[in-house]
Amino acid sequence: MSILIDETTPVVVQGMTGDKGTFHAKEAIEYGTNVVAGVTPGKGGGRHLDRPLFDTMKQAVKETGAKATITFVAPAFCSDAIMEAADAGIELICSITDGIPAQDMMRVKRYLMRYPKESRAMMVGPNCAGIISPGKAMLGIMPGHIYLQGKVGVISRSGTLGYEAASQMKAEGIGITTSVGIGGDPINGSSFLDHLALFEEDPETEAVLMIGEIGGPQEAEASVWIKENMSKPVIGFVAGLTAPKGRTMGHAGAIISAAGDSAAEKAEIMRECGLTVAPNPSEFGTTVAKVLGA
Amino acid sequence: MDVHEYQAKELLSGFGVPVPKGAIAFSPDQAVYAATELGGWNWAVKAQIHAGARGKAGGVKICKTYNEVRAAAEGMLGKNMVTLQTGPEGKPVQRVYIEAAEPFDRELYLGYVLDRKAECIRVIVSKHGGMEIEEIAKSNPEEILQVIVEPAVGLQAFQARELAFQLGLSIKQAQSATSTIMNAYRAFRDCDATMLEINPLVVTKDDRVLAFDAKMSFDDNALFRRHNVADMHDPSQQDPREAQAAEHNLNYIGLDGEIGCIVNGAGLAMATMDMIQHAGGTPANFLDVGGGASPDRIATALKLVLSDTNVKAILVNIFAGINRCDWVAKGVVQAAESVDIKVPMIVRLAGTNVEEGRKILTESGVKLITAETLAEAASKAVEACEAAKSAA
Repeated sequence: MSILIDETTPVVVQGMTGDKGTFHAKEAIEYGTNVVAGVTPGKGGGRHLDRPLFDTMKQAVKETGAKATITFVAPAFCSDAIMEAADAGIELICSITDGIPAQDMMRVKRYLMRYPKESRAMMVGPNCAGIISPGKAMLGIMPGHIYLQGKVGVISRSGTLGYEAASQMKAEGIGITTSVGIGGDPINGSSFLDHLALFEEDPETEAVLMIGEIGGPQEAEASVWIKENMSKPVIGFVAGLTAPKGRTMGHAGAIISAAGDSAAEKAEIMRECGLTVAPNPSEFGTTVAKVLGA
Repeated sequence: MDVHEYQAKELLSGFGVPVPKGAIAFSPDQAVYAATELGGWNWAVKAQIHAGARGKAGGVKICKTYNEVRAAAEGMLGKNMVTLQTGPEGKPVQRVYIEAAEPFDRELYLGYVLDRKAECIRVIVSKHGGMEIEEIAKSNPEEILQVIVEPAVGLQAFQARELAFQLGLSIKQAQSATSTIMNAYRAFRDCDATMLEINPLVVTKDDRVLAFDAKMSFDDNALFRRHNVADMHDPSQQDPREAQAAEHNLNYIGLDGEIGCIVNGAGLAMATMDMIQHAGGTPANFLDVGGGASPDRIATALKLVLSDTNVKAILVNIFAGINRCDWVAKGVVQAAESVDIKVPMIVRLAGTNVEEGRKILTESGVKLITAETLAEAASKAVEACEAAKSAA
């Protein structure tokens, strides 16, 4: 098992006909992802990458039974695309787009709340590398070959730091059930906590690695939840020990602006909540190996 | 993006927030002229920099004569002002704002932030204006009043009214405060702000409220639809290297260490800095070259990092996903050939086509040190940095 996606999940690509959409949809298809359609308003009825194109998400879902979507839509229009997907009954929305205004995301989160919890879409991103269930399916922009299939769940705010972790784990012979990039924005579709809960329920996942960053309350919230609810071991890390206060470190969400935002404070909370904290970013692989071996 | 006080007030005033009469001046002559135009015999001369705590640093002067206005403006313009919030290097004062000073009875605090936990806008008020909000939170935590704005409907008048009455204002004052709280909220929402602070919001002797100071920051991601805000950008308030980086769409933040970093991805860039510190060195900068690490971008990044004279060694750390390592390696080699690099450069490549990439680096003849892992790269960079220092 894996979480969120596997080789059977029918996927629609929003913005498939653009340069980025085309490139990454092709990569996803080659990896084995079940891409069933593309949506570009105005191109409905046509075909692209040997898949049917639709004008609207509702049509795409009706005709293909798509359950997941990945958005390659420009930042100014992306919140609209996400709400369209939610309204069409999509269960999983993955948004790669970097640069969505924070107030747009605020409205998106509020919009998703209009659906009852059982039928509410799970959103991953924006500004993330996406989701991969190694050996099964990829809903993102990561290099698939650096991931080994296995039994550890990974959740990371940063894309490339997630790659770093995956390749270190591969070097140790450790595989991954699913790796989720939740993104570097101040307001995310889903948080560490949402995915930790899924990994806890997934019978194949034996441990989880969560890689956080400076800024925001997510890592601390997740750590407290882990302490109270999680039976599986969790390995943690927080990047940005050397980051100065009050400066945005590349990600709009990576800024130390309040007490508890710094890497040292977050790592301390993780330790207090019983997580094993990787001592530095070159020891993701060895720390996970140690925890699995214990 | 940050703006100056006078720009924030201009925006707020457009939304109906009452602000004192004021005028901007770039020279002492203009300052005196502004004072004559504003009239009266009491003016505040305020240094315009992108930082708070100006009062304690001599950046706000109350003047009673034209000569005092001139002297105050002369004392500020062209200087570098260091406040508790600027860092030791300070910020250049190129403009002063002249305001007609008004007598007032009370100072209040009014702030708005984008609350990441609640994922909505939070309004904060307090009776204790004129102090930093952190100080109020420490000394009078029970007197910080807050409401959360429901994103679907926006701030409601009853919420603003409740805040106004909780501040202990009279009916007349509360009416003025309620509309100001509502109007400032609209400014925050409609300009895509991330932070707005009116501190102090004063209550005048004739029962009006007035924004004496204003600080605003805006969401960079929303500037595409806020041209009036984007036009207020003042590059003089930015570190020159950061301003130059921004022109090339590179994310650069200068630090005071010795090892320059060029990395793809913000998280990996932070982790690389952390790793340098772990290995016993100090990072000179944060630099994310982004996903497309093309030769051009790497060359620009190299020049930028080398323009920092503290840099004794450079660490390039690229985890190639969609970009293949061979392509990145060609970029590094081309960049190294086009830029005169006098410090040791350590290159670590990982990801897609890593073998081809490493081969290109070793066969290029460019003088560089290669590393396979993050740990190896960091320790080699620290070693090279120490060697360069002892050789000098």
